Amino acid sequence: MKKENFIWNSIKIGLVAGAIGIFLCLVGMVEIFSKRDVVKDVISLGMFLLLATSVLAGFIASRRTSDLLEGNKAVSNLLAGTFAGLFTGIVLALFVLFSSQVNLRAVFLNVTPALLELLTFGQGTDGVWQILVFGTVAGLVGGAFLLLSPSIRKPIVNAVMVIIFMALFSSLFRVIMVNQSGGIEKAAKYLFSQTGLTANGGLIFFFGTILVSVLRSSQAGKVQNLVDKLPQKGKLSLRVASIILLAYVVIMLPNAAGPFIAQVVVIISLYILMGLGLNIEIGFAGLLDLGFVAFYAIGAYTVGLLTSYGEFGLQHVSFWVAVPIAVLVAMLFGGLLGVPVLGVRGDYLAIATLGFGEIVRLLAGSDFMAKYLGGPRGIIGIQKPCIGTLGEFVAVDVPRVCNGIELGKPQEIYFIAIASALLIAFFSYRLRESRLGRAWMAIREDEDVAEALGIKLVQAKLLAYMLGAAFAGLGGAIFATLVGSIFASSMQLIVSINVVALIIVGGMGSIPGVVVGAIALIGLPELLREVSEFRFLLYGAALVTVMIAKPEGLWPSQNIRRELHREEAAPIPSETTS
Amino acid sequence: MTPILIAQKVTKRFGGLVAVNSVDFEIPEKSIVSIIGPNGAGKTTFFNCITGFNKADEGTITFEGAEIQNLRPDQITRLGISRTYQNIRLFANMTALENIMVGQHKFLHASWVSSIIRTKGMMAEEKGALDEAQRLLNYVGLKGKGDLLARNLPYGEQRRLEIARALATKPKLLLLDEPSAGMNPRETEDLTAFIHRLRDELGITILLIEHHMRVVMGISEKITVLDYGQRIAEGTPKEIQSNPRVIEAYLGRGAATEGMENAHERFGNKKS
Amino acid sequence: MRTTLGERLTDWSISGFMWGFRILIVLIVVLGTFFTLQSGKYTGEQWIDFIVFGISQGSIYALIALGYTMVYGILRMINFAHGEIFMSGAFSAYFLATWLNTVGFVDANPVLGLLIPILFAMLMSALIAMLVERVAYRPLRGAPRLVPLISAIGASFFLQYTFRGFFGPGVYAYPPIKALEGEWVIFGIGILRVQVIVAIAAALIMAILYIVVMRTKIGKAMRAVSEDKDTAALMGIDVNRIIVSTFAIGAAMAGAAGVLYALIYRQVNFFMGFTPGIKAFTSAVLGGIGNIPGAMLGGMVLGIFESVGPALFLDGLGIIRPYQLKDAIAYTMLVMILLFRPSGILGERLTSKKA
Repeated sequence: MKKENFIWNSIKIGLVAGAIGIFLCLVGMVEIFSKRDVVKDVISLGMFLLLATSVLAGFIASRRTSDLLEGNKAVSNLLAGTFAGLFTGIVLALFVLFSSQVNLRAVFLNVTPALLELLTFGQGTDGVWQILVFGTVAGLVGGAFLLLSPSIRKPIVNAVMVIIFMALFSSLFRVIMVNQSGGIEKAAKYLFSQTGLTANGGLIFFFGTILVSVLRSSQAGKVQNLVDKLPQKGKLSLRVASIILLAYVVIMLPNAAGPFIAQVVVIISLYILMGLGLNIEIGFAGLLDLGFVAFYAIGAYTVGLLTSYGEFGLQHVSFWVAVPIAVLVAMLFGGLLGVPVLGVRGDYLAIATLGFGEIVRLLAGSDFMAKYLGGPRGIIGIQKPCIGTLGEFVAVDVPRVCNGIELGKPQEIYFIAIASALLIAFFSYRLRESRLGRAWMAIREDEDVAEALGIKLVQAKLLAYMLGAAFAGLGGAIFATLVGSIFASSMQLIVSINVVALIIVGGMGSIPGVVVGAIALIGLPELLREVSEFRFLLYGAALVTVMIAKPEGLWPSQNIRRELHREEAAPIPSETTS
Repeated sequence: MTPILIAQKVTKRFGGLVAVNSVDFEIPEKSIVSIIGPNGAGKTTFFNCITGFNKADEGTITFEGAEIQNLRPDQITRLGISRTYQNIRLFANMTALENIMVGQHKFLHASWVSSIIRTKGMMAEEKGALDEAQRLLNYVGLKGKGDLLARNLPYGEQRRLEIARALATKPKLLLLDEPSAGMNPRETEDLTAFIHRLRDELGITILLIEHHMRVVMGISEKITVLDYGQRIAEGTPKEIQSNPRVIEAYLGRGAATEGMENAHERFGNKKS
Repeated sequence: MRTTLGERLTDWSISGFMWGFRILIVLIVVLGTFFTLQSGKYTGEQWIDFIVFGISQGSIYALIALGYTMVYGILRMINFAHGEIFMSGAFSAYFLATWLNTVGFVDANPVLGLLIPILFAMLMSALIAMLVERVAYRPLRGAPRLVPLISAIGASFFLQYTFRGFFGPGVYAYPPIKALEGEWVIFGIGILRVQVIVAIAAALIMAILYIVVMRTKIGKAMRAVSEDKDTAALMGIDVNRIIVSTFAIGAAMAGAAGVLYALIYRQVNFFMGFTPGIKAFTSAVLGGIGNIPGAMLGGMVLGIFESVGPALFLDGLGIIRPYQLKDAIAYTMLVMILLFRPSGILGERLTSKKA
């Protein structure tokens, strides 16, 4: 095969990167993200996106060049990076020139004057040349980055990641820290601005991370030795200490952070809970269930009907009675719907469950069921949980009096959600390490063989499906209580997609993966209005990227990690005698 | 010796293709029997009919006196038939030990509730299962590799792990589908010895599909030859070697088509 | 038989439940139909209206279903993003048609005014589908089945929200075409012109596709690849090129369907692809996935059932505003067909190779 010229190749990469840049502009990300800063007065998130695109283009072009030339050749690598960056810039510059002449806004809403101003650094079309410089330099940096030794590259990448992470979650950290008094508050203001990091904060995090990564790579062995040397008891107390610390953070978080953050954290923990439930289906048993929302709805409606003091409340029992019933009802429905559906294989199962989910939503929202479920008006007036005794039910639209502590606010329901999530994490872990967990994983890996080893497919799948349904029901029940009302219109497929996405991004079958996935995919959009605008765009991109680049997810399940760890520890000689 | 498995007039069609055509077949208890035949002769399909992967269209299969042709694979396994696969089908992302423990599934009874609260009974059952799995692992010569993911084992070890997994179901009849495929001569020799051990030490009846004539002739007590889905010969290795129909079936379309046949067989297996 | 009592009980209860499910559906259909017809609430003319609407709707489903069926036939993969391809066609046509309309071209040349947006939509849809195939599906060829499906779900959301980002969340009104307004009176029954034109246009496009697949070289190559990829490759067929063409042709059908859909409903928005996408998939399975005439038949059957169903089956059972459950009828058909006859109406009895 003829080898491609590396310059031509770099130009192609630059053109693709330019197209991506235009896409980011058209879809509105650049402009909206420019309202958030990575580092205040230095670079906004929107500009960072474009910059990162050019740098990556340079880096990829440089790497492809090394492949083509079979080895690093400084001049060619730099040249490749420069060309890629330059062409990224050229494409963007042409875009700016074109849209300053033609009214693209008639079609593409986001080609606003503000965007053009942003792209030309506020100088109109005269500033276009700056894009080229900007792109070229970025590409050159990307190209040069490849030439650095990995031991330098890694800390820098880490540092950039930490800065992005800190900037994205800055509002969370800032609010928590500002609510404390004294030194912590001052530190918060020193590190974080309203919209991102301050320049000082950026420097501190950048060099701090570099320092830590360098130290870690050089000292890792020593620390590990230190831990290993600890006596058994010492190791245990180290673990206990870290668990206590974590528990302290978890318990103090809502009070420290205030109602908004508490609400976000409740939603995250609800999704962790549902993620763990669906993880039993997708991650363990390999059943892609897109109708998860149906059981969420069933749980929510059951709690609504059982506790609401509004017009559709059938009973007026307490939350603590209603939730277990809701879970059982969801589980029962899981069984009823599961029996027919589970005979269907793989990809058809996904579509069949999706169909069921939609049927449940349509029925719940229809006038036909409106007598019972409120139809589009929904069920309102769901009784808040009460620790203590509940007073008598008086009349419709009058809540029952709670003699004791009423858990009404998000930061209070937070504890119920966290406790449930922990409980379910525990359940998942225990199930995973049992004969059922093994049976599910066997089904996931190869259904036919699993059956041929004596596993009853329908029963094993049904159990996974029912447990998943039960946990979804619990999630729905808590959600209904948190919001205080239920509407059929909130039972969209999107809920299922949220859960599926967080499992897949976090790592299928991995319990910590669900937590990581929920924080990233649910927390970020809830925290940042700018991100929530592009929530599903990002989910879509994340699903595709994860499937292509890292099917095991961000935080792969224990097995795979255990294995990787072992391989590093002792390479296995491959003998073949028996 | 009484036959442990009797197949009578078993027929399996795929559309217009008759993959297995009215085959009669018997396996004496505690014997080692081979099925041979050119690729695409219907050997694997016949296996699939015995293990319930494919439902035979006609005929009966009787295992220890019970008809099994209409049972599901898991039910057949519970009766005591287990198998390995031509193209190894391990649970790639599970460890070697977990693979074996899946095979023990039919002996374990802990419910999901007792698995969550870890009752004493469940823990004892798990412990027993783990010990047994470890023992099987050692038995097939994979000592110390229990925590490795199946996909990371070398080829020969994967084959042996698959046998260990099949053994975990405590089969009375073990079906091996081309166990020596892809093995070098030394590994093949080891395998032959190992199959003998399975029969002699564990008393398992063994049915194999095999292409390696040295293996077949070396260990089989009885050989059945299939061609175009039909049984064309049956007998001891000696008888088979001198049977003119067998020679014709092999040599008539022998060496020249060998390559194509490999592709066919792989394709045929996709159907299973 | 050495199965335990408990085992037999579970088997019985499962099959009993399945039968109960079937009987329930049959009861709904039979009783509903009986009571509706007895009540005489709907006139014959109304029924004909329902059926005509069902046919034009169904012909759109059929057009979209072709893409599902062709891709499934070749890659055994559910192209979940296909509904979005349909949406992107409708959107592209919207902008062109609006422009043509303001220029006055449509009023001057109604036929071309209809044809040009359709061709443009087909082109755009095909381009987007090729891009999606290249980025989201090709790297995953040969991976376990759920992997490309998840990637397709991702691509679907990505496309949906890309369009939302580009053009905003609002609903755009598709420009009216004067030539399509009004009714034709046939045998004394008034039929909306749009619906007839849409059905005819869809039938024409499908006929062209059928000829392409059955007669041309590329069509033959497609059929060969869908039978057996490896052998086709050995025969010198460039499998990659055929897969891309399949995506492109299927997408072009969906793009055309997008325009026809916009003609009937007169509106375009970023979320419009989801429901028709699922329904078209239902049609594809209904007719036997991988089977081109099957997809056409499935689309018609689904369109008519969905249009007639609420009045015929549900109204008689005393369900208020049954048309709210129109989609539920389609989804029930989807679940039923997947459960009881996944090979579809025209599908060959599934050998496990294709299952």
